[in-house]
Amino acid sequence: MRGFWAIFLKEFAHIRRDPTTIFFTFLVPVIQLTIFGFAIDVTIDHIPTVVMDLDGRQESRRLIDAMQNTRTFDVIERVTDDESYHRAITSGRARVGVLIPAKYSDRLLLREQAPVQIVIDGSDSQAATAAMNTMGLLATELSKARAKSFGESLQLAVARNEQGHFAMPIDVRPRLLFNPNLESAHFFVPGLIAIILQLVLLFLTTFSIVREREMGTLEQLFVTPVGRGGLMLGKLIPYALMAFGELLIVLLAMTEVFHVPIHGSLTLLLGLSWLFIVTVLGLGLLLSTLARTQLEAIQFSFLVMLPSVFLSGFMFPRAQMPIVIRSLGNLLPVTYFVEIVRGVILRDADILDLTPSILGLSACCAVILTLSLLRFRKQIA
Amino acid sequence: MNEDAVIRTEHLGRRFGEVVALRDITLSVSRAAIFGLLGPNGSGKSTLIRMLCGVLAPSNGTAWVLGNDIRTSPEAIKTRIGYMSQKFSLYNDLSVIENIRFYALAYGLAPSRRREREQAVIDLVGIGDYVKRLASHLSGGWKQRLALACAMIHEPEILFLDEPTAGIDPVARRDLWDLLFQLAHQGVTMFVSTHYMDEAERCTKVGYVLSGDLIALGEPHELKSLPQVTPPGTRRYAVSCDDAPSALARARNIPEVRDATLFGTELHIQLADAMSPQTLVQRLKSHGLSPSPRAGASAPAVGEAATRESHAEFREVQPSLEDVFVTLSRARSRSNAA
Repeated sequence: MRGFWAIFLKEFAHIRRDPTTIFFTFLVPVIQLTIFGFAIDVTIDHIPTVVMDLDGRQESRRLIDAMQNTRTFDVIERVTDDESYHRAITSGRARVGVLIPAKYSDRLLLREQAPVQIVIDGSDSQAATAAMNTMGLLATELSKARAKSFGESLQLAVARNEQGHFAMPIDVRPRLLFNPNLESAHFFVPGLIAIILQLVLLFLTTFSIVREREMGTLEQLFVTPVGRGGLMLGKLIPYALMAFGELLIVLLAMTEVFHVPIHGSLTLLLGLSWLFIVTVLGLGLLLSTLARTQLEAIQFSFLVMLPSVFLSGFMFPRAQMPIVIRSLGNLLPVTYFVEIVRGVILRDADILDLTPSILGLSACCAVILTLSLLRFRKQIA
Repeated sequence: MNEDAVIRTEHLGRRFGEVVALRDITLSVSRAAIFGLLGPNGSGKSTLIRMLCGVLAPSNGTAWVLGNDIRTSPEAIKTRIGYMSQKFSLYNDLSVIENIRFYALAYGLAPSRRREREQAVIDLVGIGDYVKRLASHLSGGWKQRLALACAMIHEPEILFLDEPTAGIDPVARRDLWDLLFQLAHQGVTMFVSTHYMDEAERCTKVGYVLSGDLIALGEPHELKSLPQVTPPGTRRYAVSCDDAPSALARARNIPEVRDATLFGTELHIQLADAMSPQTLVQRLKSHGLSPSPRAGASAPAVGEAATRESHAEFREVQPSLEDVFVTLSRARSRSNAA
């Protein structure tokens, strides 16, 4: 522990002199949070739609209005010939095409089945799925309304509700827990906290050590009586404190700007954050023993950051991943921390609920710390 | 003599994998000496210094620095030595005083002593006017002084300097040596690596390392009178002539010339006593030296051998340290080839 205070105070002098460190630590996370919180909206609406209405009477207009009202579709073009209809899709102007045949209204009046052709551009699978589901739902609703008015005219009904009105025989009553308005910010922002915390901490610690190696000051330090423990902790603790400050700022931005409340225990969240911080410090130390230059440090950091973003479940649900990819995600500490943060913030999960994630994170922590300490010791010996 | 030695190595060696960086180094340095370690780049100078500083473990042999074995008690050494590396490892984003304060703290000086020592090293290197300036904004010479101040903060008994003057202007180089003499006078032992021969001449003792071997060790005057350098029956002469490069080629064809090297416009020639220097000068001329166009314009030469066609004069010289190292290096490469 010799020399701890010398190194500790010196690191703060570096931080004070370097505005980019402060910018990177405190401002960039808030910017990222804003981007992910506001810009990434996974609900799909306003799909550009082309309509070829060969019927043109009341019933077909009712169908088109109903489509517009869902807000999933935006009718951007109305065409009358096949050529323009297909052009609209192939050129990419419209993602969905609706073809209402000439005898649509007539068929409905004659109580015949009236086909409506829907063409969907499947290249954006999520938009295509949304368009398909919405159209299916729309057709069911319109058919239901027709069936209802027909049934009422005959005084017949398959089922009635308490008020005695015509109703669907099976009544599904979904209740959305935790995120009733299905806002994607609620899902993304807590996960983002974990990702940002790792990003900032990893870059700060790796760089602070690799920079000294590159400048030759690390060798100079070995000639002083500064001990290994003092050197290591003196370098890591300032950045751990900075990262913790950053965590508090991001949590504040989350609750105040994005109105994502913390349902669970803040103490539990902050306590487990420290477990994660220690783990990432170890990871940074490990990377700093591998990278000889700052350029290599960037490359190694990306090697960790990219899988962290894509495999941790932050962006894509892990349940749908192939088993091999999912196991890779299990090796990343951030996978467990994303789960912990979401659990505490969104679902009011307690320590019992989080046990698997806590155990996973602890295992990562133990392995990483052991490896990095061994390498760090060996390197300066 | 050895009781007074503050650095003593015995058969010290270091390997990096297959590569032997240093082999069988045995030397001693007495207190307040200025020891100059010479050798080309990559000859193992830095490796030796790093081992003596206790940051690199030896593969063979050992060394004692201030009575501490470098293998068993490197930490005891660290508080009593100072080290200044080639790169003047300073924190460029910290100011002069912040750098000094950092090392004062790193060496664990007591708070009361810290302030006093900070002022002392600032006065020592005369950097008082720049204390608030960032290290990155200092010139090379001032960076070097700051590095020296940091290395001296804890009043070390030995100062290791690894090529302290590489890339520094001549004035700063001279100033640094004045400082080193001043410190040596105060009883600090200097262990300096360099490849400047003029710096070697100022040392009280020098060692010459060539690809991991210590091939010469002693006081400069001892080395200059080594029999291997100027074998009995030979003398060294400096011959100045106006077309020295072609004269050099001719001199090397004369059997009595044992060694010939070019020093600017002079030839340094090691000549067997069998031939007199006058004969040598005649021989150099008689090989059909055509008068250079500028020869007539230059000042008339005063030596016996002066002619209108070519000017040449000679004087007997002591070998310089460079002569010593060149001769020893050549002898070594010849014996390696044999």
